[in-house]
Amino acid sequence: MFRETYILLKEFVRTFGALTIFLIDLLILTPSVLFRRFRLVVDQVYNAGALSLVIIMVCGLFVGGVLALQGYANLTRFGAEDAVGVFAGFALIKELGPVITALLFAGRAGTSLASEIGLMKATDQLSAMEMMAVDPIRRVVMPRFLGGVIAMPLLVAIFSMVGLLGAHLVGVSLLKIDVGAFWQQMQNSLDLRDVTEGILKSIVFGFIASLLAVWEGYNSIPTAEGVSRATTRTVVTTAVAVLITDFMITAAFLRN
Amino acid sequence: MRKTRAVELGTGLFALLGIGALFFLTTQATGGDDFAARQVYVVKARFDNVGSLKPRAPVSMAGVTIGRVTRIEFDPKLLNAVVTLSIDSRYATIPDDSDASVLTAGLLGSQYIGLQAGGSDTYLENGSEIMFTQSAVVLENLIGKFLVGGGSSKD
Repeated sequence: MFRETYILLKEFVRTFGALTIFLIDLLILTPSVLFRRFRLVVDQVYNAGALSLVIIMVCGLFVGGVLALQGYANLTRFGAEDAVGVFAGFALIKELGPVITALLFAGRAGTSLASEIGLMKATDQLSAMEMMAVDPIRRVVMPRFLGGVIAMPLLVAIFSMVGLLGAHLVGVSLLKIDVGAFWQQMQNSLDLRDVTEGILKSIVFGFIASLLAVWEGYNSIPTAEGVSRATTRTVVTTAVAVLITDFMITAAFLRN
Repeated sequence: MRKTRAVELGTGLFALLGIGALFFLTTQATGGDDFAARQVYVVKARFDNVGSLKPRAPVSMAGVTIGRVTRIEFDPKLLNAVVTLSIDSRYATIPDDSDASVLTAGLLGSQYIGLQAGGSDTYLENGSEIMFTQSAVVLENLIGKFLVGGGSSKD
């Protein structure tokens, strides 16, 4: 029992160490890839970002709408339905925007990154590149990693904005909350600090989601089963890592 | 060639939308600080008790926000709280015998400093101190007084 736990723990620490080394390797390569292979990075920004736009916007709209509904249902009890704007703004910009976008990103872009790289590995395309003296890390892994890192903060900002729009639609148009009260109270209580927290979260989550996706793909077992397992693990590990980091960043940003 | 153009168009649209959203969040969704960029003058006020007043709380006069609390310190000699207020320079004609009190916005709202105009001909200026102050009402003390007072009157 203890021995198994010990082995499990040791394996976890080893994987974490390998992941850290992988991340440092990627970060060292970042400037050169960004300058020399910018075109590939742009393609991946398109893949990870532009192609995720629709799902992000639709989800954002409905999450914002649900926040307004739930906020309204509970705040009317205190006669404070004007505070729906504050409630939706805080929830979207600080928490739900970054977290839900990261989870959607893992599902929409992370899985495709992992399976793409995994399949390339399984069909020996990566080895073929090495034979031709092309570094697969630079050619395949880095652009995908950087594409995700660049796309994520933008996706989060779009999600939060569309979410606020959804909250406005439901709150103001449907539930007849006063427009002035809705926006004024939100603007009074939200500071730049709150938005900074959201942006910081989105950057960190971008690194986590992209890193885990390319890592799982690159280290997958080169079989059909291995690729499918890597894809699943991408979503699971990203979700867990994002939620844990979210807790830590929120704790760090807590006032006083 | 067609495909590259589509990629470029999509990426451009996405990046513009993202940057636009960031701009929206930082400028439209936040109120920012109304007094950050303007000229201010600094006034001090001493309170026996500031309650739960926090830096950046509004300073208001006649219900209009005219400044912010910038600092709250404890004076170890006089054993009271020194609150530094930054007031917008546009409002430079506040009588120097005005009194400052720590008030609460609503029953559960946050605390702020309310200024009540005095009748003096000289005005508050940079570095001056407000003489008349009224401490925060601590709800617990009030309830305590009420309970004790109510009990003794019945006896």
